[in-house]
Amino acid sequence: MYTTEMDKKAADAGLAQNDAEDPAKVARFEERVAADEFIEPNDWMPEAYRKTLVRQISQHAHSEIVGMLPEGNWLTRAPSLARKAILLAKIQDEAGHGLYLYCAAETLGTSRQEMIEALHSGKAKYSTIFNYPTLTWADIGAIGWLVDGAAIMNQVPLQRTSYGPYARAMVRICKEESFHQRQGFDLLLQLVNGTPEQKAMAQDALGRWWWPSLMMFGPPDDQSPNTARSMRWRIKRETNDELRQRFVDATVPQAELLGLKVPDPDLTWNEERGHYDFGEIDWAEFYAVVRGDGPLAKERLKARRDAWDQGAWVREAADAYEAKQAQRSLAA
Amino acid sequence: MSRDWPLWEVFVRPRGGLEHRHVGSVHAPDAEMAVRHARDTYTRRMEGVSLWVVRSNDITASDPDRSAEMFEPAESKIYRHPTFYDLPDAVKHM
Repeated sequence: MYTTEMDKKAADAGLAQNDAEDPAKVARFEERVAADEFIEPNDWMPEAYRKTLVRQISQHAHSEIVGMLPEGNWLTRAPSLARKAILLAKIQDEAGHGLYLYCAAETLGTSRQEMIEALHSGKAKYSTIFNYPTLTWADIGAIGWLVDGAAIMNQVPLQRTSYGPYARAMVRICKEESFHQRQGFDLLLQLVNGTPEQKAMAQDALGRWWWPSLMMFGPPDDQSPNTARSMRWRIKRETNDELRQRFVDATVPQAELLGLKVPDPDLTWNEERGHYDFGEIDWAEFYAVVRGDGPLAKERLKARRDAWDQGAWVREAADAYEAKQAQRSLAA
Repeated sequence: MSRDWPLWEVFVRPRGGLEHRHVGSVHAPDAEMAVRHARDTYTRRMEGVSLWVVRSNDITASDPDRSAEMFEPAESKIYRHPTFYDLPDAVKHM
């Protein structure tokens, strides 16, 4: 994604705000997004569009970065060399996805440093799903199958989102994400075909990850105040409830294939609707986790900050090397 | 680090015979590190056989607000396309 750096952008900042009032520009912008045109970094856009995108893209990036932590915990305990290699590759992908998205957000005039600081200070949000613990090896399977599966449902329509750099990052991410879901399903398939204890472990993981995965799609449509505007601006292409329903419809048959039971007594196929009906989601829990009451929220951020601080010497060494090389070429 | 490292645009040649294509960007203190970061970020699945990195600030771009007048002159010159010319049926291949 082509990006303008902060020092270039800073000069335009004052200008952009005066422009925001110009109704002709707003009308032209609305016309372009309504016609499914892509908006690119240097195009005029309303401030609210820019702000919404920065928030959405940076939250998405943070989620990819924090998402490495629960899986990283299992790297040394993965049961075989093959599973270790697969898990390592998946975690490396998550880092890559975070980087694609940070770059996309930077094209809107925020800096990498600002975003990292917002994450580390606890100011920025990331997906609540990562504040649940990974208690057994089966959880790594459930994360790939359900959490990455839900992420794919969310991300596929975003490949057509109106902001060009975001859409292009999503294309790349979706291409890589499919492996994440399959390796998770494959892991669980191996467990359910193992000993009764291994199968019970898989069932336990599904029991704990099912509802948090459904919550990943966000609050119901009637409680999601920004949905209408985001849909009009093509920042969002489908509503939370539509995507959640699609995920349930796709995933229930997969659970049956694994011989596992979805922990929802109200789950039934509705012939008339052509969809599964499912039970009430505990939104009180969702909002508690959003507020940071999750059992692991503090630990996740601490792990993230520690990684950043312990890596400082590498960044400093790279800086020192660059300075030395620059001085040498100057002297030559 | 008190500020971000400079930004570099990354171009990948997917295989011999094809041109380098823009794929994204990375932050790095110097060109050598930019190439290393670009490899880890953009070629984890054999996406390329060659990488270019260019400082983002060194790119000069056309002004999107003036793209209409910039590219309009080509619009009226349809005679630049082969389909503009009606040939007699007797001419089989041209």
